[in-house]
Amino acid sequence: MILQTRRILQMVFCLLLVCAVQPAKVLANESLETIVSGIERANFRDKAQRVEQLAALDDERVLPLLKAFLGGDLYVRKSDKILFFLEGSKAEDPITNLFTGASATVENKRLYKKVSVNNAVRKKLRAVIAELQLRSPDYDIRAVAVREMMKASDPLNRPQLLAAMERETDSGIREDLEIAIALIDAQDATDSDRQIAAITRLSGVLYPEVRVVLAGLLEGTTAETIRRGTVEAAARDAMAEIDDLIALNKVVENVYFGISLGSVLLLAAVGLAITFGVMGVINMAHGEMIMLGAYTTFVIQQAFPELIDVSIFIAIPSAFLVSGLVGIAIERGVIRHLYGRPLETLLATFGISLVLQQAVRSIFSPLNQSVSTPSWMSGSLEINGVLSLTYSRLYIIIFSLLVLLALTLLLKKTLFGLQMRAVTQNRRMANSMGIRTGWVDALTFGLGSGIAGIAGVALSQLTNVGPNLGQSYIIDSFLVVVFGGVGNLMGTFLGAMSLGIFNKFLEPFAGAVLAKIAVLVFIILFIQKYPRGMFALKGRSAED
Amino acid sequence: MPKRQPLIFKLVSDRSSRIFLSVLAVVTVLVPLCNLVFPEGSALHVSTYTVTLLGKYLCYALLALAVDLIWGYCGILSLGHGAFFALGGYAMGMYLMRQIGERGVYGHPVLPDFMVFLNWQELPWFWYGFDSFPFAMLMVILVPGILAFLFGWLAFRSRVTGVYLSIITQALTYALMLAFFRNDMGFGGNNGLTDFKDILGYSVQADSTRAVLFIMSAVALALGYLICQAIVKSKLGRVLVGVRDAESRTRFLGYRVEHYKLFVFTVSAVLAGIAGALYVPQVGIINPGEFSPINSIEIIIWVAVGGRGTLYGAVVGAVLVNYGKTYFTGAFPELWLFLLGGLFVVTTLYLPKGVVGLFDRWKKQTDTGAGSPPPPDPADESQARPTKAGAA
Repeated sequence: MILQTRRILQMVFCLLLVCAVQPAKVLANESLETIVSGIERANFRDKAQRVEQLAALDDERVLPLLKAFLGGDLYVRKSDKILFFLEGSKAEDPITNLFTGASATVENKRLYKKVSVNNAVRKKLRAVIAELQLRSPDYDIRAVAVREMMKASDPLNRPQLLAAMERETDSGIREDLEIAIALIDAQDATDSDRQIAAITRLSGVLYPEVRVVLAGLLEGTTAETIRRGTVEAAARDAMAEIDDLIALNKVVENVYFGISLGSVLLLAAVGLAITFGVMGVINMAHGEMIMLGAYTTFVIQQAFPELIDVSIFIAIPSAFLVSGLVGIAIERGVIRHLYGRPLETLLATFGISLVLQQAVRSIFSPLNQSVSTPSWMSGSLEINGVLSLTYSRLYIIIFSLLVLLALTLLLKKTLFGLQMRAVTQNRRMANSMGIRTGWVDALTFGLGSGIAGIAGVALSQLTNVGPNLGQSYIIDSFLVVVFGGVGNLMGTFLGAMSLGIFNKFLEPFAGAVLAKIAVLVFIILFIQKYPRGMFALKGRSAED
Repeated sequence: MPKRQPLIFKLVSDRSSRIFLSVLAVVTVLVPLCNLVFPEGSALHVSTYTVTLLGKYLCYALLALAVDLIWGYCGILSLGHGAFFALGGYAMGMYLMRQIGERGVYGHPVLPDFMVFLNWQELPWFWYGFDSFPFAMLMVILVPGILAFLFGWLAFRSRVTGVYLSIITQALTYALMLAFFRNDMGFGGNNGLTDFKDILGYSVQADSTRAVLFIMSAVALALGYLICQAIVKSKLGRVLVGVRDAESRTRFLGYRVEHYKLFVFTVSAVLAGIAGALYVPQVGIINPGEFSPINSIEIIIWVAVGGRGTLYGAVVGAVLVNYGKTYFTGAFPELWLFLLGGLFVVTTLYLPKGVVGLFDRWKKQTDTGAGSPPPPDPADESQARPTKAGAA
């Protein structure tokens, strides 16, 4: 049942390879040439026979040839009677030599003659093609063939499908075969018992074709359907179940989108949770740390253009270092002098953010830069007919959770984490115990900024990289931290996820902008009720 | 018991107030005069462009004054004051839109152009009444005032303070920006309101109207200054400073801190709204960009550069920074953001009292002891409430 678009792509690719036949093989396959020679002059009955002969051949050129024949794209050059097939529909499109695979553009279409085809031959072709595909040893070709048969839902394919069912060993394809047969049976009014059984089999199946067929049954000619009320009832039940499942899948999809938005928010906010939550420093330049991370990804891709697939693994540590070092520089240069004055820190770091933005604008350009996505991140995971999860979102979710996990371990299990928490709880005591609070401050700020840099790497895969990238996330990040409760990584996690899901559930009703406004208003009101967020720190350290 | 003076004398009793108001009065008289009386080409002529530019600065100055009232004297750092400014501006813009009447591109007698363009059939309810000038002026005051009252009531009652308040004010203006960018809101969406023709029957393009608007802005600034002075010089003002420096202590002394804060926040929002209303006819456009959080943060830097907690310092800061902005964005557009950013850093690190503080220090060094005592310097550690990092 699991069918991946990537596989489909591979399949298309295979077909393309098949088309590009090497000249060396020409001699080895005399038989194909003999069968097709003179096919343009043969009558339709002869053509149908030749199609059958072709099907019996073990030659990988047969399938594309038959497909071209079926599609009416098969031509013969009048001068030397060599078969060609046309790619695309326009006259200027290249034409491919069937035997050598060489492409040529059509100078004059009148030099070619179309190999005509009638309905009988078409029928034969369809059956043969389906048969060939269903027999293919390649899992992907078989899977695609079954899906195509499902779409065609042609009663003539039924025997083939049954035969394929006998042979088939893969349970996923068997299930699809069953559905394809059931689809054919469900539309066959001659045997109402079998029809009802088929409809029952279809209930809860999420392929779009199934729903179309059932809807057709329900709307079908009234006289007949009234006579066979049981069929109608069965169809209605199956339909209701499908609709329920679709609704359920929509909810799952929304949750997935919400979680992926939440992961983006989490990545953007978790660095802030450290600088703001742990150190009490408002870093308005946090968004620019994200931006620097994204630009680092861009620069690395520019530097190693041939390594797109792996450059992201170079970009993650580099972005961490770049943003982290800039963060340490900011802490040592400015913020150090402003501890205990959060509003001044806010203004100073905002100034820094303007400088960084303009610096990036001057060095690169004010325009957005595009960062390419590695191939393993594109595509999607198809769960069923209506639900598919895009890989890029999936990786972002996993990545953000990994970052959160690593950060929690760092805070709880390492000496640096211990010192950091000690400084947070009682700076003077920590100092007396020999902890260099200044260093811990600088490293903590560097850590928060570095994580922002990593967030930038992730964001560069989702959006355009531009000087304003960070600005658009800074308010969201602050709200996540404040909503979750300052100084609490778990709160940040839950805050990000709930805001993400909340936002995505509002979007279908209200549209993206209104949903965003609603979330902002919700947080403004929420903070009135819980000024210290969902998970407020309790005890003396919470007092300020 | 000293002899009771009329209020107005009390308000201008300090030297800086007198200097400030005199300079403002001279500018108010001279600039329009030089614009209207002296012909173009004369050495004393002030171009209409300059008049409009100065009028714009005066509006910014009033806005900075409003922010200084709450930040400098009450410690409320609002990062969303641009929202009140823009709301006042939108109220004025709606009046000006209705005044266009049939002269719009589509010539519809009632609907503004953008509504015709969006195929709207009738005027939305919230546009009713804006054809009347007094009603529009009432809205200029009421809309920002009521929003600030509601927002402040919610926020101060639940003791949202410090950084949290700053962040949610920023969220407020951000939410409003997103809302006003929507075409469905009925405020012109992305393009905002523009293409104004006349105000109270006078063309907004005419030199004389510009001069009158300039004078009105100056008068509004002077009145705003006096109102703020009246607030900060009164007993109420003392309580506000108390709230700023030690909120909990003031509360424990029996003052209803949230009421004081709410009052001053609302007054400040109304002043900002008036500034916006005067700004719009002079620049000829109001769009949702005015709501953007960065605008609101820029206001803070005007006040910080000028010197917070001095009122006139805010005015000085607004004019200085905006003059710098006009100059640099024209001459070296690449440099402006570096400069503005640098200004934020330098001001917070080295000039906690702004330009005014610098001037005072210089004066103290030159004339030893003589003259009036320096104005109160409330800027000192106004965020004295220790935070976690500081308290730990």
